[in-house]
Amino acid sequence: MTRPHLTLALTLAASLGAGAALAQSTITIAQQLEPPHLDPTSAAAQAIDQVVYANIFEGLTRFQGDGSITPALAKSWTISDDGLTYTFTLQDGVTFHDGSVMDAEDVKFSLDRARAEDSTNAQKALYAGITDVSVIDPQTVAVTLAEPNGSLLFNLAWGDAVIVAPESIGDIKTAPIGTGPYTFTNWVQGDRIELSRNPDYWGAAPALDSATFKFISDPTAAFAAVMAEDVDVFTGFPAPENLVQFDADPRFQVLVGSTEGETILSTNNQQPPFDNPLVRQALAHAIDRQAIIDGAMFGYGTPIGTHFAPHNPAYVDLTGQSAYDPDKARALLAEAGLAEGFETTLHLPPPSYARRGGEIIAAQLAQVGITAEIINVEWAQWLETVFRGKDFGLTIVSHTEPMDIGIYARPDYYFQYDNPDFQALMATLTATTDEAERSALLAQAQQMIADDYVNGYLFQLAQLSVAKAGVEGLWENAPTAATDLSAIRWAK
Amino acid sequence: MTRTLILGGLLSGLVLAMALLSLIWTPYDPAAMAIPDKLQPPDAAHWLGTDHFGRDMASMIMVGARTSIAVALVAVGIGMGLGVPLGLAAAARKGSWLDEVIMRGNDLIFAFPSLVIAILITAVFGPGAINAIIAIGIFNIPVFARVTRGGALPLWERDFILAARVAGKSRTRISAEHILPNVANLLIVQGTIQFSLGILAEAGLSYVGLGAQPPTPSWGRMLADAQTMVSLAPHLALVPGCAIILTVLGLNLMGDGLRDALDPRLRQVRR
Repeated sequence: MTRPHLTLALTLAASLGAGAALAQSTITIAQQLEPPHLDPTSAAAQAIDQVVYANIFEGLTRFQGDGSITPALAKSWTISDDGLTYTFTLQDGVTFHDGSVMDAEDVKFSLDRARAEDSTNAQKALYAGITDVSVIDPQTVAVTLAEPNGSLLFNLAWGDAVIVAPESIGDIKTAPIGTGPYTFTNWVQGDRIELSRNPDYWGAAPALDSATFKFISDPTAAFAAVMAEDVDVFTGFPAPENLVQFDADPRFQVLVGSTEGETILSTNNQQPPFDNPLVRQALAHAIDRQAIIDGAMFGYGTPIGTHFAPHNPAYVDLTGQSAYDPDKARALLAEAGLAEGFETTLHLPPPSYARRGGEIIAAQLAQVGITAEIINVEWAQWLETVFRGKDFGLTIVSHTEPMDIGIYARPDYYFQYDNPDFQALMATLTATTDEAERSALLAQAQQMIADDYVNGYLFQLAQLSVAKAGVEGLWENAPTAATDLSAIRWAK
Repeated sequence: MTRTLILGGLLSGLVLAMALLSLIWTPYDPAAMAIPDKLQPPDAAHWLGTDHFGRDMASMIMVGARTSIAVALVAVGIGMGLGVPLGLAAAARKGSWLDEVIMRGNDLIFAFPSLVIAILITAVFGPGAINAIIAIGIFNIPVFARVTRGGALPLWERDFILAARVAGKSRTRISAEHILPNVANLLIVQGTIQFSLGILAEAGLSYVGLGAQPPTPSWGRMLADAQTMVSLAPHLALVPGCAIILTVLGLNLMGDGLRDALDPRLRQVRR
């Protein structure tokens, strides 16, 4: 009688053990926003890159978790003496997920597509300086520039410059085919995207067999999902107030890193009274950054005094120049002829840094006599009225693109800062390849926009992630929007 | 006076008193932030604690009561102001095309879930207390029109109305002078109930961000703000939640009590 029972017990134990082992080779990662589609080369949506970057698609170069740029599909490169021609040697034996070989023709196709006249690439401007991409042999491709560009290798690492194949480009938005360590398997709209390991990957095989990306937009649901262990990781956790509870719970680890997100009180520089630099300076002194960081982000975030990431070596700390000083703000307003204060609008998109930060800023502005009417908007509405329509006084938004100080050289950009000196400075910067010189120019640029008080500079957004205790290899910082699965593994 | 009426009156009166008092005095400025003092539990300095910006919850509840009452009161006013005349007119011309038009129009509005339409209205015209009032008010119109018509129809069959008609009074005058006073008790009861529903609707709209906009304190938005902090500082949700419950409970009890006190038939049964 005992024997069959023992067998049964053994079988049961074996299957349970197998189940446990299986669970450890897969991971469920949650993020707040669902991608609109899966083509990183035709949209700015960060959610796309968070799923596909370095997992499904790869570029010639890539970002590492520490922000450095390393070779990816390009094994090595040489730069001509005049700095105009980059010759890339590609990795051997790279195939797309559909089995076709990745060669120089695909690189030419991808880069030509990104910089084409009718390109819908969100960062088209980054690749506009490329005049020619020519195939030398299947493993070698030459990129020619109109003028030297010190940030080409950096620009090519963006998700917007990943290598795609002309054969599979038609279905890229729903069935992406790249060269990365993971292949796209399934997308349940509104819920999750599933990836599985690419057995033919050219590089080192990743630890996880498969991964599921889940999309949970509601902060309360996000908290519940992590607490119930429905998800293993939550990247970009939307409710900073809950982190203290995860931190105290031995089941979880909390990762606090930096992002490239400069969170700013964007000011319509062409709309009176903000066309007066004195008024913008008054705004800057009316804002108490630390109160915003504490109140809206529960202490997570680094104050900034200009549009630049504090963890970048070229960063200059200019927070002192716009220190909180309501008396000075009132005096500046009086000097601008607005001693009685004025009324304006404050458009707030959904994230809590904006909604909560906006309430705090409105209260702070009220202290110096500025009445800011809060208008809560959804992202679509924000893009329509603020970003494209430029119909706003003030708004709060985090500019998450890396090294994006160049937006100040675009007079038609939504905050409409038009300074020919700054535009000339950016042109000089683009043409400069020497690191020390570039740092000096960047410092000058940071100073210039701080002197002009273009926007209210609040804080650098923190990258807040929660994971189960056994998860290793997660990016702490977010040098670009990405969830690099190949680095992630479960602790033994 | 029944116990229901007394209890309901007390609760409602308390809320009303709080709202009126907030016009001249609150413990703190409800908009004054003190971020270092955030999420304090109730204590002697802050009777109901502080919220996530360090604002005094007691002051916010008091001013929030004002917002709720103002929205609900005006919404009921709109409903009564338009609904009662419509109901009287429909009853006066029972069976005519006017009656049909009014009552089918009512059915049309009734056919839509009120909160969904309120969300639609605020989505189109923008969020804010005024639009919330209009949205809630529109849905009060058919309620009052129906109650008025229902109450007025049997009256038209009564002898004293017949006498008035024989005396040569116009239907409009009869409606105003004889019908309206006799349906007033119904309207008061219905008004109390609609008032409590209005407070709930305002809280609902504010909760989804379509009611009164910050910095105006509103109970519904206080609840929404508390959502992610419930486990951190439960009083953030409990305080506005209890305020809404007690107010609505009070108004409903008062409505029940008033009905008992005013309805002659119920009165006879009790005797």
